[in-house]
Amino acid sequence: MNSTWSRFNITSIVLGFAFLYLPIVLLVIFSFNESKLVTVWAGFSTKWYVSLFSNRGLIDAAWVTIRVGLISATVATVLGTFAALTLTRYTRFRGRVLFSGMVFAPLVMPEVITGLSLLLLFVAVGLDRGFVTVTLAHITFSMCFVAVVVQSRLLTFDRSLEEAAMDLGAPPVKTFFQITLPVILPAIISGWMLAFTLSLDDLVIASFTSGPGATTLPMKIYSQVRLGVTPEINAACTILIGIVAVGVIAASVVNKRREVQRLRDEQAALRN
Amino acid sequence: MKSLGSIRRSFAPWSDPAAKPYISFENVTKRFGDFTAVNNLSLTVYEREFFALLGASGCGKSTLLRMLAGFDDPTAGRILLDGQDLRGIPPYRRPVNMMFQSYALFPHMTVEANIAFGLKQEGMPKGEIATRVAEMLRLVKLEQFAKRKPHQLSGGQRQRVALARSVAKRPKVLLLDEPLGALDKKLREETQFELMDLQQNLGLTFIVVTHDQEEAMTMADRIAILDKGEVMQVATPAEVYEAPSSRFVAGFVGNVNMFEGTVTDLSGGAASIRSAAGLDIMAHNAGAASAGNPVAFAIRPEKIKVSSRKPAASDINVAEGEIYDIAYLGDMTVYHVKLADGQVVKASSLNASRVTEDPLSWNDRAWISFSPDAGVVLTR
Amino acid sequence: MSDTAIAASQTGNGNASPSARALNAVKSRIVIIVPYLWLLVFFLIPFVIVFKISLSQSAISMPPYTPALDFSGGLSGILQQLSQLSFDSYLWLTQDALYFNAYVSSLTIAGVSTVLTLLVGYPIAYGMARAPATLRPTLLMLVILPFWTSFLIRVYAWIGILKPEGLLNQFLQGIGLINEPLIIMNTNTAIYIGIVYSYLPFMILPLYSALEKMDYSLIEAAQDLGCTPLSAFWKVTFPLSIPGVIAGCLLVFIPAVGEFVIPDLLGGSQTLMIGRTLWNEFFNNRDWPVASAVAIILLLLLVVPIMIFQHTQARAQEQDR
Repeated sequence: MNSTWSRFNITSIVLGFAFLYLPIVLLVIFSFNESKLVTVWAGFSTKWYVSLFSNRGLIDAAWVTIRVGLISATVATVLGTFAALTLTRYTRFRGRVLFSGMVFAPLVMPEVITGLSLLLLFVAVGLDRGFVTVTLAHITFSMCFVAVVVQSRLLTFDRSLEEAAMDLGAPPVKTFFQITLPVILPAIISGWMLAFTLSLDDLVIASFTSGPGATTLPMKIYSQVRLGVTPEINAACTILIGIVAVGVIAASVVNKRREVQRLRDEQAALRN
Repeated sequence: MKSLGSIRRSFAPWSDPAAKPYISFENVTKRFGDFTAVNNLSLTVYEREFFALLGASGCGKSTLLRMLAGFDDPTAGRILLDGQDLRGIPPYRRPVNMMFQSYALFPHMTVEANIAFGLKQEGMPKGEIATRVAEMLRLVKLEQFAKRKPHQLSGGQRQRVALARSVAKRPKVLLLDEPLGALDKKLREETQFELMDLQQNLGLTFIVVTHDQEEAMTMADRIAILDKGEVMQVATPAEVYEAPSSRFVAGFVGNVNMFEGTVTDLSGGAASIRSAAGLDIMAHNAGAASAGNPVAFAIRPEKIKVSSRKPAASDINVAEGEIYDIAYLGDMTVYHVKLADGQVVKASSLNASRVTEDPLSWNDRAWISFSPDAGVVLTR
Repeated sequence: MSDTAIAASQTGNGNASPSARALNAVKSRIVIIVPYLWLLVFFLIPFVIVFKISLSQSAISMPPYTPALDFSGGLSGILQQLSQLSFDSYLWLTQDALYFNAYVSSLTIAGVSTVLTLLVGYPIAYGMARAPATLRPTLLMLVILPFWTSFLIRVYAWIGILKPEGLLNQFLQGIGLINEPLIIMNTNTAIYIGIVYSYLPFMILPLYSALEKMDYSLIEAAQDLGCTPLSAFWKVTFPLSIPGVIAGCLLVFIPAVGEFVIPDLLGGSQTLMIGRTLWNEFFNNRDWPVASAVAIILLLLLVVPIMIFQHTQARAQEQDR
């Protein structure tokens, strides 16, 4: 590779990452702004964080969001794993095409349509909009993402592991819990994390399917943003970004360590 | 290895009409959609036998193994183990264990836990499991690796764990699917003998699937050669090599020269054959040949003699040609002799001394000759 | 292909009663039945309802429509109702140019943004794929990281930058490049920036994985055979990255067409996008039949073609194997 090319590469990476991160960095910086005007720097202050923690509305919304996220991600992970197993293991059953269509369609469905259709369902059966309906809606769309993540792991899963377990005397159910599940567990965990993030992040579907008393954080932020940009929202966003950044970085450091250990083990194995 | 050889020689239940087969495939057919993997196949294996299924990929050998293990059910026919029909018995209830080609070691379990897995399924008491696992680890010389995970082992070590795991339950029959396929050549040769010792010591019946003829010849008591879902021949390694039953088997196992021709005369079990190229061949063992019918005379390269002068005897089993190619392999030299009709005959000669007294070179005139009992007459 | 389910049904059926066997069969199929029923109830039936409502007349009541296709009347009742079906909502969509324009402008905006995202994303993905191997996992993580932070927040962050008195204008005026503030906020430009920014990771990831897989010796071979670096790029690298380009473009285009948050927060009131139109129809005008008709049309225009495309792609892939 000659140097002009690599200079070009470095430039595009630097500019690209600046583009990706500058808005977030600015948002974080201005959460510490003394002035109420978000865009004019008037000195360092943490007063917006203080006022944030006395904002009951935001804190309630955060609680609702976390509860919806935990419940919906967990149920969606179970259903999505079932769906993935169905898609990879049962190649022939009546209605398979319909089933796989229903699993993949929500991935490309505009959120407004998913939200609208679920709302109309809840109205039709007379279910009051609120915590339950948002949770049901979130389960429905995030289970499909879980299904895709788990399915891609199952496709590379070596079926002879299951055959070996059965060959050694483990009945199918035992085989599933002792072999299949532990092996695909990392994919199931990332499926859960994806479902949880999608639930935390969702504004559109929640707006359709939620009702009084079940306002989620994105809905709250959205309504405040529409009224105007305030440093308080910046502070709330900064906290969310902080949590996510710490979580993701920690996870990747742990992963990296494990990977390094694994490589070392493999090299050691080759030597003896 | 000498003592092993002598035990082996006396072990031949297949030639004893009173011996009861241990495993029998009776007219077994297996179809996957339109594809017939196994076609109306019958086969018997005896207790404590080391049996090899040899064939190219797609010949149905793995399907046979999987049907015996219980992963696939025959489309037609039945499989008996010790007199019991196996149909409908799920894999986890069969007294048969399998060593997988990919080893299929459970990646989330230690070596120890992998070996103990099958014993736990039986509900064996903990203390006994520990003893058995220790015994198995000793058997495969992996005592110090008990706490390792599969990814911390080398290929050869993984293979031994897979082996220990599959024999830990003392199955009636051990199935081995290409057990040495993933090992490099040197390790493979060592492991072949280890497997044979293990089979002798444990007194188990082994059925091994392989595409490597050397491996099958080294290890097995008998070999079944399969092609397109059918058995071509079942015999001991020596029989397969020296007395192949068909052109396919002769060509599949080892190197061979094939002379197509017609039987001109049959007398006293010997056949006179005139090859398509006009060569006169005399074979002591006519086999199933009948006069006037097309046959093939198959002869191994090492049984053909090459010399620069015409052998003194008659014109029978002698042909003149030209040295077309020479491959010096160290222990032996293979000559490719082009006969008058263009057929190239391979003849190998052992380099017993460092200097050859009859040096042959490229494009030299040369004579090939062989004795009347050196080849076989094939009708199929 | 020994199915776990088939094997499971074999475990306990030695001499079980037929009902017990049926129960066993259900148990072993639970993996199919539960998600199947869930998706039928919460995915398929809602669309039937949307379709039904799109054929109803709007009314000033709660819910704000008169029901069409009430199945309680039996077959004759349904036949009678079929004659009363109202296509008013669909007619309305064709009569008011607003809707047509919204569809067209959604597709245009999504298309333009997709191209822009590709142009921005390709050099980044290329640079990453050519970075030292030790650095790549970190770069990859840095691309994924923003995805985990809230979408809403990332869009919100741009408001402070793009506003007339925002940071971008302050900066440009500060260095003396412009005198008057640029009007970007509440224009289509702001929407393009928002979409490119939000969906950039979706573009970079498939491009990166296509480019990273590529054997660098191919380029060396091309250069060895007389290509300049630039022509080696166009003749070797780019064609080989096309699967990544297609995947990335789909991942950006599809959600961009139905996008609501970006046009709502960054776009002006004159920007029409179909997601936003549907939202307004539903929440502001409270015209559920028209909102449903908009949804059905969007479904037919966008989702159905994509599903067919993916289906054929999956088929082709299966055949390749």
